[in-house]
Amino acid sequence: MTTTIDYKDLAVRLQEQFGEGFTASTDCLEVPPNLVAKAAEYIKNMLDFNYFDMVTAADYPDRFELIYRLQSLSHNVLATFKVICSRENPSVPSLANLWLGASLQEREIYDLFGIEFSGHPNLKRIVLWDDFEGYPLRKDFKGKVYGTAN
Amino acid sequence: MALPTEPFILNIGPLHPSTHGVFRMRVTLDGEIIQDVEPVFGYLHRGLEKLCEKYTYKQNIPLTDRLDYVSAINNNWPYVMAVEQLGGIVVPQRAEYLRVIMGELQRIASHLLAVGSLMNDMGIFYTAFMYMFREREKIIDLLEMVSGQRLLYNYMRFGGVSMDIPTEFLPALARFLKVMPGFLDEYDSMLTGNEILLSRTKGIGVMSSEMAINASASGPMLRGSGVKWDLRKDAAYSVYDKFEFDIPIGQNGDCYDRYRVRMEEMRQSLRIIHQAVEQMPAGKEKLPVPLRLRPAKGEVYTQIEAPRGTLGCYLVSDGTEKPYRCHFRAPALINLTVLRNLLIGQKLADAIIIFGSIDISMGEVDR
Amino acid sequence: MEIDRILSAEIESRESAGIEALRAASQHPIPDPDGWLDEQIKRNMLFTTVDAALNWARKTSLWPVTAFTACCTFEFIGASSARFDIARFGMEVLRASPRQADLLVCAGTLTWKMAPQIKRLYDQMAEPKWVIAMGACAISGGIFCDSYSVVPGYNRIVPVDVYIPGCPPRPETLLAGIETLRHKIEKESISKPR
Repeated sequence: MTTTIDYKDLAVRLQEQFGEGFTASTDCLEVPPNLVAKAAEYIKNMLDFNYFDMVTAADYPDRFELIYRLQSLSHNVLATFKVICSRENPSVPSLANLWLGASLQEREIYDLFGIEFSGHPNLKRIVLWDDFEGYPLRKDFKGKVYGTAN
Repeated sequence: MALPTEPFILNIGPLHPSTHGVFRMRVTLDGEIIQDVEPVFGYLHRGLEKLCEKYTYKQNIPLTDRLDYVSAINNNWPYVMAVEQLGGIVVPQRAEYLRVIMGELQRIASHLLAVGSLMNDMGIFYTAFMYMFREREKIIDLLEMVSGQRLLYNYMRFGGVSMDIPTEFLPALARFLKVMPGFLDEYDSMLTGNEILLSRTKGIGVMSSEMAINASASGPMLRGSGVKWDLRKDAAYSVYDKFEFDIPIGQNGDCYDRYRVRMEEMRQSLRIIHQAVEQMPAGKEKLPVPLRLRPAKGEVYTQIEAPRGTLGCYLVSDGTEKPYRCHFRAPALINLTVLRNLLIGQKLADAIIIFGSIDISMGEVDR
Repeated sequence: MEIDRILSAEIESRESAGIEALRAASQHPIPDPDGWLDEQIKRNMLFTTVDAALNWARKTSLWPVTAFTACCTFEFIGASSARFDIARFGMEVLRASPRQADLLVCAGTLTWKMAPQIKRLYDQMAEPKWVIAMGACAISGGIFCDSYSVVPGYNRIVPVDVYIPGCPPRPETLLAGIETLRHKIEKESISKPR
């Protein structure tokens, strides 16, 4: 069965390496946006988390939250990260250079939420067309709904 | 005097019989060899995740069916598991066994279609496809007996399944379980040793296990490359820890191994259904749940082993009767990440086979 | 000699009487010995209008082109498989080529990103051509009609002849829809523009 990593221990180790900003809770670790790439690289190389399960985003009134799930298949351990970024000019370093599996998922978040992933090799819209205005999955998306009223 | 050549961009367009749905690839060709591939997605983006925020929890169950429309029952499962975890809803044992039986039947039907489409791409021109559809019709009949629908069943509910099985289901299932291994043997005898199939799939689209893990592949894509990772064993959900079954693994990571993994998984699914029918207790098929369910505030992520890979559901609830955010981790989209690496350097005809062996379903890729 | 003159005159008059008799008896032509042919003609010729003949030919061999976007695809494929078999309606020539097709089967949700391709597909088909909208998503956007990227029905893009409800419609429903289309084709006429 999958076990979860000890987040408090992980927070302490990451703080030793990279500085302040890591908050551990029972089921996830909050990582500051500017240290995402470095923390991820540390976890991948030092702790053998070689499988990038998924990344997704959620839109709250005062922030965007990005949720990452990383797994180590050989040890069957799971680590969940949360990255909180602001709603104005949201930008997070991309993990597509560490794990190839992150590239399409980050493009989708860029397309539907408008969160920039700096360092992504090919950041452009993926499911919507280029002239589409707005970011649909944001809560304040006032796009035209092409329902029967039109 | 060398003949001057230049690369040529070919559009394998959204409406193409070999693309298993509306998928587009812009291929840069140098003669027959592919130099670059740019996949274009989004021709079936229906805004499902935004619609999930508009409807109540129960109204979203038929929406989830339309994700991977080839294997519809498996799509309900992570969503109802997520809501049950947030809402503290208990599922009776009989319902769990019914979910497993229907899920495994659906896995067989989905793999039949995957293998049949791959055979189509190889040029058998519908013979193997029609044979496999003959078996798929038997499975659809069984599922129609239970749910009333042929393709998009809307079968699972919070706290169980929608209806208990009628009296004629178990005898019909027993008849199906008796004849199906014979049909699988028939396919093996026609296809597995066939030299055309061997020459077209062996050594094509080789993906090493490191590349598969790095590209977040899952399901038969990952197992075909030799990685022993199956959520039914490694992160067992529902009652899968009570069954004995094997996980088929490939050695080389080529298209042939992925085809063999799918054929073997069908046999293992038959084993699981046998055991589930024997072990299934009597009892209720679902417990009562409020009509306008308001799960507790919080967030949860559940995942199951769908036929195409790891299907996950990330659900955020804010205490009202509609979800705040519902995201589906689509295995078909993530398996396609590695498409470009696999296709570069191959010939165009091999590219179609590689793409067919990834086995996508566009409803899931675009959501 | 006298006898020679009398004999030759007799021969002459006898022969000319024979010619006159044959002429009198041959005033009407002898009927052709082809009474058996009348039966054949009655059995093998039928008289009808150009419209009826043309419509019969068109409706009994509709060749579809596939505009397969989503889930209804698999009910169409199920209808063309061995159990339900649209080949008995002349429709098994399911090539993905619009130039050789006369029926566009729109099966599945249409998104705005896909709409120009469907319009182009429809424009590439040669006259006469018909369109079937299969499934709830094709009729009105279906369960996705309130979405930001879904076209509420194929009839915004192409003119539709027959609507087949269902989500997805059973193969029997699809066959009933094809039968409706055939009844519609029967009533057409080349003198009226489509």
